[in-house]
Amino acid sequence: MSAANPTRRAPLLAVYAGLVFAFVYLPILVLIAYSFNRDGVGGFPPRHLTFDWYRQLFADAPIWNAVLNSLIVAAGSVGLALTLGLLAALALDRAEFPGKALFRRLVLLPLILPGIITGLSLLMFAVFAGMQLSLLTVFLGHGTALISVATTELFAGLQKMDRKQEEASLDLGATPWRTFWRVTLPNLKLSLIAAGLLIFTLSMDEIAVTFFLIGRDNTLPLEIWGRLRRGITPEINAVSTLIFAVSVGLITVWYRLRTRAERAAA
Amino acid sequence: MYSRTYKAIVSAPPLLWVGFFLLLPYALMFAHSFWAVRDGMLVNEWNLRNYQTLLSNPVYVGVLFRTMRIAASVTLFSLLLGYPLAYYLSFHAGPRKELLYQLVIVPLWVSYLVRGYAWKTILGSDGVLNGFLQYLHISHEPVGYLLYSPFAVVLMLTHIYTPFVFLPIYAALEHIPRPLVEASQDLGASPRATFFRVILPLSMPGLLAGATFAFVLSLGDFLAPLLVGGPSGTMIANIVQSLFGAAYDWPLGASISVCILIITVSLLFMTERLEKRWSFK
Repeated sequence: MSAANPTRRAPLLAVYAGLVFAFVYLPILVLIAYSFNRDGVGGFPPRHLTFDWYRQLFADAPIWNAVLNSLIVAAGSVGLALTLGLLAALALDRAEFPGKALFRRLVLLPLILPGIITGLSLLMFAVFAGMQLSLLTVFLGHGTALISVATTELFAGLQKMDRKQEEASLDLGATPWRTFWRVTLPNLKLSLIAAGLLIFTLSMDEIAVTFFLIGRDNTLPLEIWGRLRRGITPEINAVSTLIFAVSVGLITVWYRLRTRAERAAA
Repeated sequence: MYSRTYKAIVSAPPLLWVGFFLLLPYALMFAHSFWAVRDGMLVNEWNLRNYQTLLSNPVYVGVLFRTMRIAASVTLFSLLLGYPLAYYLSFHAGPRKELLYQLVIVPLWVSYLVRGYAWKTILGSDGVLNGFLQYLHISHEPVGYLLYSPFAVVLMLTHIYTPFVFLPIYAALEHIPRPLVEASQDLGASPRATFFRVILPLSMPGLLAGATFAFVLSLGDFLAPLLVGGPSGTMIANIVQSLFGAAYDWPLGASISVCILIITVSLLFMTERLEKRWSFK
């Protein structure tokens, strides 16, 4: 891929791009730096390096309780969204039914609409259906909203798949069920893992929809949110640093898998 | 190739689920917006009073306009930051392109809360920025108006949506056939003319997609105002949230949500049509 004008350098543009990168990353780096600052979240420069805030964090039972709640919700959401997303992708790829165009748009709505709309709609639904707000409602909300992500990723995977393998399997006498398990699913393995990682990360971080569906047990973002209102200490910087590190790790793996899936299909 | 049973088995569960857990909730939102509250109780009495209250109350209209201003600023700044970045990566980054692309993608998916909280610690009156300014003796008193202002909301949301805006623009730029650009240059167009006559028009669909995304998501944001906005940074979604909370007027809240929904969906519809017109085959 050659540049528009390969011989021409663009030093000003490069500097500008550098500044944009700084704008994107500096706040996060500042946040991380102050998680090691003994004297609190503000002031300059940060002095007195300490790990006390991390020590305090690791001894903080409510935080770890919230982490556990988030893990349960995220794991459940991955299962629900992947199952229904896979079926939806198959339906969009292979079946004709009335309202297909509408269905395609409807599935994507939670991804495009502001979280408050989806969150409130689900709240009204929960109240209407007589459900108690709890981790179960949060799980239903996340799982349903994230079908959008699973459908998009898996539909892309299906479009790139080699149809002839499925035809061959069916022609050679395998049942559709067997073909699904032995041919279709293995072909989608990378897309499935990539979609799963993305859904997991998004569910762990979700706050706008969760805000309205939460009962007594907090997820991690809502536990942090609650503490922000009571005044802040670098302990929140410490937990944010850990969240950032874990998300970066998961997203990097997701990105690698996706590029690998794309290359395999090309 | 696929039997009718196969098609039915793959279509039925997602259709039913989405119909029940997504379409029905959105429909309930619509229904609520035509209902009423009497003596602290929700009554299913169809009427248009919520919409009348909404249009006649200057507070709601004022906040809605402020929200649109904030969302428009966020969109503009995200474009000003995101477009040149995408352009640089697509045309000038050379071998570092892949790495730089990953560096933009990562913050895209990283916690909204973490990024918002970072700004809170930076902008506060005893925050990092004020500490820095005093350290350099630029200011001697803490500057109080950084945090809890519409400015802080715009800054935080721009930070969050710049990577979102970058993504579709970058994809559009990558799809521009390079021979077109070279042809323009070979035929004697200045770099400026090449950019404005060839590259910018061809990247328009990506630009529109990114701008819509930033605008729509900022329009419905209620967390940034709570985190860094203060009273002067209150946005329309905060009013909705309070109507669903302490104020307990779900129907009125639902009618505002429906307005946000209508603005959002019509914008998406418009840009989709525009994108089709601008995209070339």
